[in-house]
Amino acid sequence: MKLALRHVFVLVVCAFALFPILFVISAALNPLGTLASTDLLPSGASLNNLTNLLTSDTYPFARWFFNSVFIALTASFASLLLSMFAAYAFSRMRFAGRRVGLLALLLIQMFPQFLAIVTIFMIFTRVTELYPAFGFDTVWGLMLLYLGGALGVNTWLMKGFLDTVPKELDEAATVDGATHAQIFWRVIMPLVTPILAVTALLAFIGTMSEFLMANVFLRDPESKTLAVGMYGMIAGDHRNANFGMFAAATLLTAVPTVSVFLWLQKYIVSGLTAGAVKG
Amino acid sequence: MTLDVREAAETREAPRPRREVTTAFVVSRIAVLAVTAAVLLYAAPPLVASRSWAALAVLAVTAAVLAFLYLTRRFIPAKYLIPGTVFLIAFQVFPVLYTVSTAFTNFGDGHRGDKASAITAIETGSVRQAPGSPEYSLTVALRDGEMVFLLVDPKTKQVSLGTGEGLTGLSGAQVGVTGKVLSAPGLTVLKAPEAAARAQEVSALAVPTRGGVIKANGLSRAVEGRAALTYDAACDCVKGEGDVWKADESQGYFVNAKGEHLAQGWQVNVGFANFARVLTNPTISGYFAGVFGWNLVFALASVAGTFALGMSVALALHHPRMRGTKAYRIALILPYAMPAFAMLLVWRDMFNRDFGLINQFFGLDVDWLGQPSTARLAVILVNLWLGFPYMFLVTTGALQAIPRELTEAASIDGATPWKAFRSVTLPLLLVALTPLLISSFAFNFNNFNAIALTTEGGPFPAESPQVGSTDLLITYTFRLAFGTGGAQFGFAAAISVFIFAIVAVISAVAFRRTRRQEEVYA
Repeated sequence: MKLALRHVFVLVVCAFALFPILFVISAALNPLGTLASTDLLPSGASLNNLTNLLTSDTYPFARWFFNSVFIALTASFASLLLSMFAAYAFSRMRFAGRRVGLLALLLIQMFPQFLAIVTIFMIFTRVTELYPAFGFDTVWGLMLLYLGGALGVNTWLMKGFLDTVPKELDEAATVDGATHAQIFWRVIMPLVTPILAVTALLAFIGTMSEFLMANVFLRDPESKTLAVGMYGMIAGDHRNANFGMFAAATLLTAVPTVSVFLWLQKYIVSGLTAGAVKG
Repeated sequence: MTLDVREAAETREAPRPRREVTTAFVVSRIAVLAVTAAVLLYAAPPLVASRSWAALAVLAVTAAVLAFLYLTRRFIPAKYLIPGTVFLIAFQVFPVLYTVSTAFTNFGDGHRGDKASAITAIETGSVRQAPGSPEYSLTVALRDGEMVFLLVDPKTKQVSLGTGEGLTGLSGAQVGVTGKVLSAPGLTVLKAPEAAARAQEVSALAVPTRGGVIKANGLSRAVEGRAALTYDAACDCVKGEGDVWKADESQGYFVNAKGEHLAQGWQVNVGFANFARVLTNPTISGYFAGVFGWNLVFALASVAGTFALGMSVALALHHPRMRGTKAYRIALILPYAMPAFAMLLVWRDMFNRDFGLINQFFGLDVDWLGQPSTARLAVILVNLWLGFPYMFLVTTGALQAIPRELTEAASIDGATPWKAFRSVTLPLLLVALTPLLISSFAFNFNNFNAIALTTEGGPFPAESPQVGSTDLLITYTFRLAFGTGGAQFGFAAAISVFIFAIVAVISAVAFRRTRRQEEVYA
């Protein structure tokens, strides 16, 4: 009975979550490929939009796809490691400036970043002159920029989670003669796999759909990410005509994210901490 | 003196217990040093070549600090904090501080460079063909690979050599009937197509003369122009066209007696003028309160809505006998997996009055984004759709960190599920998630994309097209500062500082409450 209520509630939320996606699928399958002719349920099934997209000369979609996945995977892995280090220090160690550091992390987040875009543009104009490999139109420069935000939300999320991991575990390891590095890699890291999985997913998704910075940064068609490239696809006059192609591209963009989620599913589900405390 | 200090340091370190040196210890130290050295070797040469000594000094100090930090056994927390902090400082803190410092200047269109470049721009911008000056016949030539002009005076048939340094006489040149130079000693004369291929270089070359410059006009003509406006260092003013513009260092403009200024200015420090403008300019401060109120509602509704929905679903699924959680989870996470910017544009089209999905589906004829109240409802709904999967994910993660024994214990003690949730689960969830809720609030307070990609701030009332009903502070100021009036970065930076202050104060209050909570529960 109560279980049934739970199912009904979740189903209603699922319907809310899924109907815009159904609309996008319908648009992607729509043989006419325009916005005005798209309905909630597909009026016909055709792969026109998909073939148009993949064979297009104006929009090198495959290239954008590769750029996006490469940047998102590398940047989210690196930022995860960086923020995990910081979270370990903030959660397990007591030092001067700990509270201030945590507050500063929150505060920096609150500055409207994109208004600093003018400054970032000026900084990277200089960087492009000095080190072309990390300048505009390169994935590495954009990646450095993304790593600048690594410490923000992720550190707080992981610090909050680490705080719930019993300190007795690392105290026991210390008594056994483990160094702080050994505790970090051998005790803490295996325990926080669930939250690492969640955070990795969040970082991956965030990077995949980051638009503002990438739009300033990548101007060469070959170096664009999906977000930047696809925005150009329905800009101005192309909006109605390219909507089917845009919808197909949206679906393809979601594929890597959904795959990462499915891949990480088992880590998210398993409650490793509970096991450790019982053991 | 230095010797004393070193001795003192050594005596202090002596009693510290020595740990054994493990292989991992040595390997990690070598790795850190190698990476630091590699970065130093890569980054230093271009800085030396461009004589950026300040940047080089920062680089050297950073490298030295890093090397020291990872070689010593002390400062253990810093070892873990530094890697992320380096990136944070370089790509977030520094740009933010830089932006804040521009808030005190008039940096923007017309005030981009320093005074010298403004004077150059004013003088070259006012160049007209000097009255009575000859129109030379132009031949482009190369001297040791460097481009030069061969100029033939149409009346005297005299040939001169024009370079970037100036004009000199040239003898021994062969001049054709059209006035073009056919050959000249020591020079390679370029044929028309060759010259056309380097048209950019041709138009860039300016030959300075007394009182003006000679510039190419096409590929076969060159004229001498004079600057109508010239800068006079003696009076620190620009003269010409029967008027005098005096330099006004407080505005960064050349201003004449009537108070008019030349278009080109330079960057100056304006103190608190930008901040004063936010507070006193009627078009800006007049709507500030209204926009601020809606901004608060939008951010609070977004956070509360997404958290309530996300947490409810997570709790509904967090039950040992719940079937199909895997499938539900995938369905619920899908909105988050879709690219947000694309879905915002899709939502905008779904709210379209004429062929939008919402009206079609419910058989309505509502102009959703055209009326203030429905537009506001629509953007909150869109934001709920975009944001609740995130809250669902983090709550699911946090729920799994709460030991089941606690809720089990509560139910054994006879607590109803609601009571167990209220007094055990929710407080524990909040300990882990409040910082995230605060961040989420800060994010939504400045959620530029959610508004800019859907309503663009509209609908705009007819009487005040400056501010729309769904405008957040950030979209509103963005339009004011970067919009039709031209880029005013200094002013925009000042408004950013205001927004930052507002969000920081609100969050600080929330944070203080959290701290009290954390002390109670953790």
